[in-house]
Amino acid sequence: MPEPQCLELRVTSLESPDNDLFYHLSLESPQWQWRPGQFAMLRPTSWRHEPLWARPFSISDQDTNGLHFFFQRMGSGTDLLSQLRPGDLVTVWGPLGNGFTISHTTPTMILAGGMGLAPFMGLIRHHPIPQNLELFFGHRQPLANYPFSEIEDRILAWQVREQGPEDLEKLFRAIEVKIKGYSIDGNLLACGPLPFLRRIQKLALDHNANTQLSLENRMACGVGACLGCTVPTKSGELVQACTQGPVFKADAVDLSGEL
Amino acid sequence: MDMQVAFAGLDLKNPIMTASGTFGYGTEFMPYGKLEDLGAIVVKGISLAPRKGNPQPRITETACGMLNAIGLQNIGVEAFLRDKLPQLPWRTTPVIVNLYAQAVEEFAELTDRLATAKGVAGLEVNISCPNVREGGVQFGQDPVLAARVTEAVKKRAGALPVMVKLSPNVTDVTVMARAVADGGADCISCINTLTGMAVDIHSRRPCLANVVGGLSGPAIKPVALRMVHQVVRAVDVPVVGLGGISSAEDVLEFLLVGAHAVQLGTANFVRPDTAFKLVDEVRQLAEEMGISAWEDFRGTLELP
Repeated sequence: MPEPQCLELRVTSLESPDNDLFYHLSLESPQWQWRPGQFAMLRPTSWRHEPLWARPFSISDQDTNGLHFFFQRMGSGTDLLSQLRPGDLVTVWGPLGNGFTISHTTPTMILAGGMGLAPFMGLIRHHPIPQNLELFFGHRQPLANYPFSEIEDRILAWQVREQGPEDLEKLFRAIEVKIKGYSIDGNLLACGPLPFLRRIQKLALDHNANTQLSLENRMACGVGACLGCTVPTKSGELVQACTQGPVFKADAVDLSGEL
Repeated sequence: MDMQVAFAGLDLKNPIMTASGTFGYGTEFMPYGKLEDLGAIVVKGISLAPRKGNPQPRITETACGMLNAIGLQNIGVEAFLRDKLPQLPWRTTPVIVNLYAQAVEEFAELTDRLATAKGVAGLEVNISCPNVREGGVQFGQDPVLAARVTEAVKKRAGALPVMVKLSPNVTDVTVMARAVADGGADCISCINTLTGMAVDIHSRRPCLANVVGGLSGPAIKPVALRMVHQVVRAVDVPVVGLGGISSAEDVLEFLLVGAHAVQLGTANFVRPDTAFKLVDEVRQLAEEMGISAWEDFRGTLELP
């Protein structure tokens, strides 16, 4: 895999589809060789000492127009990112992490929870055989916030909005019905919050399905140095999600504890 | 200008070193710059046996800084010497190994192993980690113990320079500085992190699983600068300053109060090419200021 780089890139656009909660951020294209599931650390150059850390985001897509990210405003860092303007400079390092192992010829089920949709946008847009992809999407915010209609136009996609405790169970039941087919000759790719991934992990192990989970751990450096994002493997070793992950096989990591 | 600086048996191309625990084993930063360009590489704290470290969460962001409670997770001395050190440019850039142990005898044993290893240019004795239950800062808060650890390491280190890293979590840092200098330290690095805490009012839980952690980043720079200033005046051995350094101006501030060199810590997390960029930025700033050699500038702070 090509080595990551640290660059300063200009913002080309920042758009919020609906209610200033979700943002599509585009930076001038660094022409990276990347794969879905890899991420980049973003830190606007205007942040002097506060907030201190860069923020990790999945690379959502890259094309001739730029490098694209999709994020939700949910704290001090994303609040400030939502105020970026075209022309602003952002320090970016990436592409980081391993990314998903993808076979275009294999039927693949994508399981995304909320912002866990972000790493799959490029995969869905550029997949040469879209009929090999199927998406199950669980979300809390109104569907219009997410680029779901674009996805629906291209691949088979199911979605459930979580408004009560029973809603996500519907999604997991639907996944369980489908997973049996995929466990024979398919791949499962999942990204989302930890409770979501725990459920997917259990389903994957119960049905012996070939499943990759992308973790959203807290990170300071993104390069494997701070050891803030470690995750226990099944063998009890602690490994960095940023460099050994963020994508792990479902049977390789222990997600029972806090991450 | 001539950026070189030599002290305590160390010969550095420039006064920019990396701080232990913030630069991994060095290899993590190879995509972002040339390790050969740095003054020295100080690697993650190494113990005799591998250590798993503390449970998650281990890091949390604070105002202009961060708290960490990693707990000295490391691969152990044998794996370090076998797998990591050979990848570092140790022939051209001094590699200093930060060592941690839970007992004086264990420090001695670890020193034996490192003193005979090819490619180690110096030792940094970690008596100041606040995040481990045994060893760590218990040695760094008791001058008698600190001197004993220093003596034990120095006795086994052979020709290797011994740097002792001091904790700021003491009443009088000069007492500790004198103790380790009397114990035979060739130089002193200060400061390690300040013990701190963060809590979440919504979950009503501490932000770190370890409850407390070490505060680092720009927030601690004034504390570090004050302590380096005090230590420089208290002992005759050279001092390496660290704590919140992130810019060329910061580097020169520490040299002005009398440090021979500096270590760059948390800034490595904030942007992975910081150390490499800083070498050029310090040279440029020093030249703009008309500094031609570090000895003309070091410790020239004018006190009222």
